[in-house]
Amino acid sequence: MDKTNIDIAVQNLSKSFQVVKAVNDISFEVRTGELFGFLGPNGAGKTTTIKMLTGLAKPDSGSIKTAGIDCSRNPKAAQHLIGVVPDESNLYPELTGYQNLCFCASLYGIGKAEREQEARRLLEAFNLNEAANRKFGGYSKGMKRKLTIAAGIIHKPRVLFLDEPTTGIDVASARALRVMIEELHKQGTTILLTTHYIEEAQRLCDRIAFIVSGKIVVVDTVHNLLKHNEGKHYLHVTHKGKNPDIAERLNAKFGTMSFSFLKDNTFRVESSEPINITPIVMNLEEWGVDVTEAKRITPSLEDVFVRITGLEADTMRKDKEKKGGAK
Amino acid sequence: MKKWIAFWNILLKDMRTYYLKPPNISWGIIFPLAWTGMFLIRSGSGLDSIPALLPGLMAISILFGTTSMLAVTVTFEKKNSSFDRLLLAPISFDLLMLAKTSGAIFFGIVNAMIPILMASFIADIYVSSWLLLILAVFLIAVVSTFLGLLIAVAVSEVFEAQTFSNFFRFPMIFLCGLFLPVSKLPIFIRPLSYALPLTYGVDIMQGLIRGGNFMSIHMSFAVLTAFCILLFSLSKHFIKKRWIS
Repeated sequence: MDKTNIDIAVQNLSKSFQVVKAVNDISFEVRTGELFGFLGPNGAGKTTTIKMLTGLAKPDSGSIKTAGIDCSRNPKAAQHLIGVVPDESNLYPELTGYQNLCFCASLYGIGKAEREQEARRLLEAFNLNEAANRKFGGYSKGMKRKLTIAAGIIHKPRVLFLDEPTTGIDVASARALRVMIEELHKQGTTILLTTHYIEEAQRLCDRIAFIVSGKIVVVDTVHNLLKHNEGKHYLHVTHKGKNPDIAERLNAKFGTMSFSFLKDNTFRVESSEPINITPIVMNLEEWGVDVTEAKRITPSLEDVFVRITGLEADTMRKDKEKKGGAK
Repeated sequence: MKKWIAFWNILLKDMRTYYLKPPNISWGIIFPLAWTGMFLIRSGSGLDSIPALLPGLMAISILFGTTSMLAVTVTFEKKNSSFDRLLLAPISFDLLMLAKTSGAIFFGIVNAMIPILMASFIADIYVSSWLLLILAVFLIAVVSTFLGLLIAVAVSEVFEAQTFSNFFRFPMIFLCGLFLPVSKLPIFIRPLSYALPLTYGVDIMQGLIRGGNFMSIHMSFAVLTAFCILLFSLSKHFIKKRWIS
């Protein structure tokens, strides 16, 4: 890989909190202009990694280079090149949207006329014009996220860190934010995005790192990751009633297939051969299980994630619910 | 130049958002008035006692105005994570800390000026050196502010900041020679008095207003400056250790 086109280079980065190893010897590179995704459940080490990359946390070991500048010892060295949108909107509640943007720009040494012009431009671009003179504390969650992103890019950073940008906001706002992120990406900003929304990572990112328990399990393009699904066939079955032997019986009867049981009377069938639905449904009916739905599903990044990390997609869904997010 | 734009705007934001709010302005006026009234009634010696009361009154006004204000505002910003924005700004840590404390220092100086202005209208106030008095007020404001910064680093909740501030402030009032000269305190308590920065600030002001200082003014200035450096260094060390760990 050409080192001149690398905006973030991380080598053997580790961080522990007492006995918990939050980030465990991770290495990765983000290319200039790339939208790189960090995908993993809550507590996987995504936010801790961002904190170390931006200078808000000190690594125990490892090296960090941002735009070629070694930030391992002096995190301040590259802070003028980066923008950070944290997982929680952290602007000043007592300032208006416009004042918040002007203040954030001033932190990067931008002069009065320029920062006022840029604040007005961003408020317009983020459709927040009408709320410009309202206090940030009174904004809705979606508006807060939008303004926090605007504050993160007001100084036109070369590298942008987006930590869970769409978590906890309504569907319409999340969609609008994704469009904005795509727009920033098109403009050439290097973006490192953390998310636990698999679909979001699949839609937005050029490359994705799966991170679980502080370790990067795999880094690849979405296209290459989806290749893991080639030749795989899936069936999603929903049923009524419970039969304690159902797993055992299915495994015994259909040995070439694998079955993973989810909550709410559903299970998933995976096979390397095309799946014939009829025998499965007939057998289930015979065993007293009333099948309400059986549908073939197109393999997605979620299936790759489940296969590679060993985590059920349910874990990620629970994370979503905990954070009160909408997709 | 760029870093000074950041410095100035952090200071300006804090002044507008925290210090120049009506409750704080009224506090700055009411607090010295209440203390003056209380001391006048207690001493029973009328307006003649004002020059004797003034140094202590100014010191208390600064101490109460700065310590909790800074401790509370920094804890509040840390709590809602907006302080992280400042830590992410491309300015040196020292400059950031100075920007955050300058508002409180200024507020403390203004608080000290209110009693002396009011006193000058109702009594004959003689100050041997206004320059030294302003310098003493400035150093007391700096040392009290840095004490507030140290408190902010030690706590994580706003109410803890208030409680912790009082834990330092009230003993300081009784031990720094405001009510009772240090020389009249029990001998085993005196070392504690000498360990308090306010003792030196009050002594300088008593020397300049009443001529009643019991330590050398030069030494008191030196000790106050040393306290400023020590408290700033300690705060910086603990902020780096606790907030960027």
